[in-house]
Amino acid sequence: MTATHHHGAPAAMPPSQSTPAWKLLLTLALAGALSGWLVVSVYKVTLPAVQKYAAEQVNAAVHEVLKAPARWDTLYLVGNTLTRTAPAKPDLADIPKAFVGFDASGRRLGVAVTAAEPGFQELLTLMIGFEPPTGTVIGFKVLDQKETPGLGDKIERDTAFGGQFAGRMAPLTGVKGRAGKPPSEVQTITGATISSRAVIRIINNAIAKWRPLLEAWDREGAR
Amino acid sequence: MTAVASGPPVTAPEFVPGAPPPASLAADVWRGISRENPVLVQFLGMCPTMAVTNTLANGFAMGIATLFVLVCSGLLVSLFRKYIAHEVRITAFILIIATFVTLADMILAATFPTISKALGPFMPLIVANCLLLGRAEAFAAKVGPVRAVADGFGMGMGFTLSLSLLSAIRELLGRGSLLNHDLLGPRFEPWVFMVMPPGGFLTLGIALLGLAFIIEIRRRRARRAA
Amino acid sequence: MSNLAWIFVSTLLVNNFTLVMFLGLCSFFGVTAKIETAWRLGLANTFVLLLTAVGAWVLNTYILAQTPFLRTIAFIVVIGSGVQITEMAVKKYFPVLFRQLGIYLPLITTNCAILGLALFQTSRHYNLAEALAFAIGAGLGLTLALSLMASIRERIEVADVPVIARRMGLVLVIASCLSMAFMGFAGMGSAP
Repeated sequence: MTATHHHGAPAAMPPSQSTPAWKLLLTLALAGALSGWLVVSVYKVTLPAVQKYAAEQVNAAVHEVLKAPARWDTLYLVGNTLTRTAPAKPDLADIPKAFVGFDASGRRLGVAVTAAEPGFQELLTLMIGFEPPTGTVIGFKVLDQKETPGLGDKIERDTAFGGQFAGRMAPLTGVKGRAGKPPSEVQTITGATISSRAVIRIINNAIAKWRPLLEAWDREGAR
Repeated sequence: MTAVASGPPVTAPEFVPGAPPPASLAADVWRGISRENPVLVQFLGMCPTMAVTNTLANGFAMGIATLFVLVCSGLLVSLFRKYIAHEVRITAFILIIATFVTLADMILAATFPTISKALGPFMPLIVANCLLLGRAEAFAAKVGPVRAVADGFGMGMGFTLSLSLLSAIRELLGRGSLLNHDLLGPRFEPWVFMVMPPGGFLTLGIALLGLAFIIEIRRRRARRAA
Repeated sequence: MSNLAWIFVSTLLVNNFTLVMFLGLCSFFGVTAKIETAWRLGLANTFVLLLTAVGAWVLNTYILAQTPFLRTIAFIVVIGSGVQITEMAVKKYFPVLFRQLGIYLPLITTNCAILGLALFQTSRHYNLAEALAFAIGAGLGLTLALSLMASIRERIEVADVPVIARRMGLVLVIASCLSMAFMGFAGMGSAP
């Protein structure tokens, strides 16, 4: 009597002879090998396109939040220190990075970092540009959001909301129903209070996290 | 009764217990679209149906991806059906299905990255779609490759068409657009409920009510004629 | 609210796996005719979810870092094995439950909630504690949704339902109402 479960198999079909264990293992091993070969091949073919798109997204975001830098350096966060050398891993996408932007004359414009925290529904991913010495926000861009369409997703579409942040100093506070007063207030979007507050929270947490790291980096000189 | 022993295939047409009755290829394809429509009749693959039908592009992409996996896995399962032993068949089927889902996910991420991001984890979740395992077990493992591909294609088309219909309704009412082209103008107040979770359930519910209504009308007409 | 507590409450209510995230719908519509089967299956699912959370975390931390493209295949194999283990454990220690659940126990393998948990846990980079809180919240949320639907369906079994709404039509409208109710939890526990 077979011990496996029958997914709708008709009652009149027991295997007439039980297949030897080595044949079962061989079938599974061959299937696994074929599957692995297929997956690895297609992965190699599609990887360049995927990486190119991801790099384009990051570049466009850094360009936008640092207000058109001429060039930028990438710093990698390994452990608790920032370093210029990329760690030896196949996929650098998951390593936290800071992008230090410079204008054409070499003056430092600011630093851009990504941060992701839960918003109203799913994770809200932002690219935030700020100046580490003062904690002043330059701007932010929404990289990924699954907020309520028509309401919460206004954090991405409402340019007036995003425009408020330039020049405001962290830690920011959100206010409802009136314009935000400098240096630290921003007005939340009507009907999207939770999503707006999530944006403010993410920016505050990111700046709080990265400022000491960047100050340590500045003190110890470029490495 | 012929014993299906493991080994080289027998050339004479043998009796496969539980095999679907023979039918033309066109009938195999049409069955998946109409009488055994995966979404509207069999209620299989509910999770992607609700989750990704918030825009037409997403629903259509999910349908096509599922069609790709149905056809490829059906083909492979059918080609190797004589060599996959009964005891490990479920594991083997799932392995084949998971492989093609991974391939579809990678190809989509490389060709349409925005849709891939919108579908998110629901692309790999195609593996858990009971439709795929069900067709492999009930059909592809018991018929020749051509019929298996026809059935996979039919089920995939039925799935895509239902998903596209539901997504079109949800996107049109919930955002006022179709394929991101604003159709209903700026004075249309979008019914945001439609693109949220309850709207998904409601859209399918109303579609089923409509379908049941049509079937009931036909049944009463047939009864009155008799 | 602490992070773990937030994850638990959010997954249980705000982002309920079944009514908001659309996972585990096959069992939601298929198994909820009787309330006894429904909540028992919900608990069996919770057990499998816990096993999966641990398995997925182990895989992600030690093995999949180098080969991310094998994730789907690896997860589904782990889930299949987890379900097999659960089946054997239930058969040995709860034989009555085993007979009651019947074919629905092995069908947990294709329950999108299980694979969905593993995938969401990965994309949100949860550590082990967070993953376990996530799994408990998900499992109890599933059980809650299943029990709610089952108790409603038992009531409408004896109600006078119009012909066209019988079976799935009415069930989906009920699901829509339940989902709407759960949307009321939105924003709960998020920082002011």
